[in-house]
Amino acid sequence: MSEYIIKNGHVFDPVQGIKGDKKDIAIKDGKIADKVSSAAKVIDAAGKTVMAGAVEIHAHIAGPKVNLGRIYRPEDKLFSCTPTKGMERMGGGASIPTTFKTGYEYAKMGYTTAMEAAMPPLFSRHVHEEIRDTPIIDEAAFPVFGNNWFVLEYLKNQEIENTAAYCAWLLKATKGYAIKVVNPGGTEAWGWGLNCLTVNDPVPYFDITPAEIIRGLIEANEYLGLPHSMHIHPNNLGNPGCYETTLDTLKLAEGYKAKNKFGREQVLHLTHTQFHSYGGTNWGDFESKAKEVTDYVNANKNITIDTGNVTLDETTTMTADGPFEHHLTGLNHLKWANVDVELETAAGVVPYIYSPNISVCAIQWAIGLEIPLLMKDPMRCYITTDHPNAGPFTRYPRVIKWLMSAKARETQINAFKHKDKVLSQTAIGTMDREISLYELAQMTRAGPAKSLGLSGMCGGLAPGMDADVAVYNFNPEKPVANPDDIEKAFSRCAAVFKSGVQVVSNGDIVSNGNKRTLWVNVKVKDNPQVTRDIKEKFIKYYSMTQNNYEALGHHFIPNPYALEVDAT
Amino acid sequence: MTKTVTDVICPFCGTLCDDVECVVSDDGKQLLEVYNACVIGTEKFLHSQAKDRVTRPRLRQDDGSWKEISYDEAVEYSAQMLAKAKKPMLFGWSSTNCEAQSVGNEIAEISKACCDNTAATCHGTTLIAVQDIGLPSCTLGEVKNRADRIIFWGCNPAHAHPRHMSRYSIFPRGFFTGKGQMSRKMIVVDPRPTDTAKMADVHLQVEQGRDYELLDALRVAFKGEWLPDVVAGVPAEKIREAADMMKSGRFGIIFFGMGVTQSLSKNHNIDAAIAVTKDLNEYTKFSIMPMRGHYNVTGSGEVFAWQFGFPFSVDLTRGFARYNPGDTSTIDLLIRGELDAMFTIGSDPGAHFPISAVKPIANMPSVCVDPHLTPTSGVSKLHVPVAFNGVEVGGNCYRMDNVPIDCRKVVEPPEGMLTDEQFLIKVRDRLKQLKGVA
Repeated sequence: MSEYIIKNGHVFDPVQGIKGDKKDIAIKDGKIADKVSSAAKVIDAAGKTVMAGAVEIHAHIAGPKVNLGRIYRPEDKLFSCTPTKGMERMGGGASIPTTFKTGYEYAKMGYTTAMEAAMPPLFSRHVHEEIRDTPIIDEAAFPVFGNNWFVLEYLKNQEIENTAAYCAWLLKATKGYAIKVVNPGGTEAWGWGLNCLTVNDPVPYFDITPAEIIRGLIEANEYLGLPHSMHIHPNNLGNPGCYETTLDTLKLAEGYKAKNKFGREQVLHLTHTQFHSYGGTNWGDFESKAKEVTDYVNANKNITIDTGNVTLDETTTMTADGPFEHHLTGLNHLKWANVDVELETAAGVVPYIYSPNISVCAIQWAIGLEIPLLMKDPMRCYITTDHPNAGPFTRYPRVIKWLMSAKARETQINAFKHKDKVLSQTAIGTMDREISLYELAQMTRAGPAKSLGLSGMCGGLAPGMDADVAVYNFNPEKPVANPDDIEKAFSRCAAVFKSGVQVVSNGDIVSNGNKRTLWVNVKVKDNPQVTRDIKEKFIKYYSMTQNNYEALGHHFIPNPYALEVDAT
Repeated sequence: MTKTVTDVICPFCGTLCDDVECVVSDDGKQLLEVYNACVIGTEKFLHSQAKDRVTRPRLRQDDGSWKEISYDEAVEYSAQMLAKAKKPMLFGWSSTNCEAQSVGNEIAEISKACCDNTAATCHGTTLIAVQDIGLPSCTLGEVKNRADRIIFWGCNPAHAHPRHMSRYSIFPRGFFTGKGQMSRKMIVVDPRPTDTAKMADVHLQVEQGRDYELLDALRVAFKGEWLPDVVAGVPAEKIREAADMMKSGRFGIIFFGMGVTQSLSKNHNIDAAIAVTKDLNEYTKFSIMPMRGHYNVTGSGEVFAWQFGFPFSVDLTRGFARYNPGDTSTIDLLIRGELDAMFTIGSDPGAHFPISAVKPIANMPSVCVDPHLTPTSGVSKLHVPVAFNGVEVGGNCYRMDNVPIDCRKVVEPPEGMLTDEQFLIKVRDRLKQLKGVA
């Protein structure tokens, strides 16, 4: 494999504590190396910023609901199609790009690893086909567990060991990565057109509460010692006043400590926090409760969060929170798609336009920025747009601009139609913090990698780690003349390496890389009861046979990389 | 000794039954018996064993006769045809696996072709309606476990999807539907007294082509507003009875077929049917699902969508993907004489297109990739027989509810035969050489 040396760049690497020093990064055999031979190809990074490849902790980029979005929104392709170019396949789509375009766009921005945040287990084969067709970036998918009948039945009887054994089985069958929970209990209730809006609402028939599901899955997660923690989208998303449900959810993690060999410290990851930090009683007195939520997270070290920044674009919302999407179509009257999945979950899709002329959208924008600005430890707060829900991932450079420049925020606030309302309902106008490049590397690289249990592999530039490196045309020594220069610099990398292969040069794709599918292979003690229960459910209630359920084979996962966990 | 292969997926209709069992000879070369499948499925499996099966490509000669040629020669003909054509069409894809569809899309991209699947003549109108108004739907297991109201609209599963009612919709005893058929009410909307209609609790014998009016009348009835005495040939009392039955269920579903998608009003019918479903979600839980025909037409739409962004009738001639059914759909392109090469795979347009669209196929360079002798192979210049997908080769397919199921290989194909995917890979690689792309 080729050797490279990236010379004289300003390196930002939280893993080694490097804060912009001029340093050479050597790449050999796909890994970061101490030194390379004189034959190594030299990449001149003088006056540029060098970071590890970025890690996406939560995005909806592959699978049935993403593709349903593509199918039912031809308008999303208007003016967003890209032709075949060199080794790039043709692409299309703005908020829900085609798989090829998804891979290229991430790579061009310096992202080398991404997590598909919600995989319906029954559709895992579809998710993996799309992951296969997404070039360059390493990917993994989180199967959803929070409304799964096995989980509901085991946890009703507090059977943690059985829950854990089932989770291990499902992770293997679906080649999944982590325990994802979406609107626990509420999505099962949606099977009857109902919902659970607090952590204490009982789930119809199953007679269990969201709180019991959340606690049980944290315990199962730590019983197994998985690389990532339980990853939750709580109940009551998106409603005025929902921050109380969010705090109730976070409090359920009290007393739990992470147990794993991957260096992860949290037991709960709260995703798209912006959508869960709303105060007020209606859309008129809608206000930010970012402070209340971040105060709690700042004080509790066993929690990590991601932001879910609203980018003020037309986009396509999609979530396993089926009842929420039905609620949303009632609000905006745009087309509603829904898929209930037998025994497991549901999903909904509704287009949404975050207009800067609507006060609620502008307040959402402000809350998304308040959260990272209020978080004291950037290693526990990661930048996402919950792609495509709050905005497309291709807007990360713009979010970075807003975070790194108070002036850019001010410009945007002044452009809002209801500026006064934004200033009265949020604290964004009083915040002058500007995220540094080092903090940015924590929020987009080292932090999410650690939360995912991948800190030994990616998110840093220490020798021995995967050679995922991004070089940006951004000189940290020069003052920023115009905040838009930040957005421009982070939109297209000067160079990107993925596992030691140069995939981007001057903003163009030069290789389709060596993409891997990450998954977690857990060994558990033989559990005859769970084995029998699985068999019985397939015979009686599933619409397909157990032998056809597993995602298996080269056509689904051509290049697997399993993280081994021994929970016996 | 014989062997039994279990959990076999039936490659016939969109029901995609995956509990079929096949008995094969010890050497794995002969398929002897098929269990659990319906008569159509059984026939599909057993037909692969036909003694008079064509096993090598055949090229039409000037005198009208067929000449057997090698696969390599067939690859050369296909690649040359696609390289020379200004606007070729790659049509079909509904009876092959997703891996072959994927390679086909690469070929389409290299040759800047139009590509389309059988939805163009089937549920394409459904997809247009979904693009208008959305689609509240579910998987078939949800129907089995929860549904107590089943509506079949313009479809006749008793004949077209024979195991649908026993596996998913009417008879099974699911988690919340322990009494099976007894716990379900069944409404059939069809102008004909079909075998499905004969089973129904309520049969709304709609006047042919008046489905839109009846759907609208149901929406009025849900709200308890005034109705004329008769709408679309159905008395108002009967409409109200059906409306009350739908509203009073705990979980209902509308299954619909070509009776509504390809009759007068087309996609507007489906718009209305989806609106009915949305309305019902104000009272209870309701879903709607198209009864997809070919076993992997759904998969073709999925692969098109994640690779090009559109589910059917995709035009790549400008170097990027465009979609405009009516303009970029196969029949329209054929009738307008815009195509100069036709590559058909996994479908039989010769039997299903209007004759004015079939004639042009006979007059242009054309390839038909199909294990069977069909009207399409009859009018094409080159017929390439391939292994039966789902019988002689596996590969992923999508059920009518979009659930992916990986097909199984049951027996070996006749010696020397290529699969769809293998043939397409050869064509792709040769085409790349001809076009000079890396």
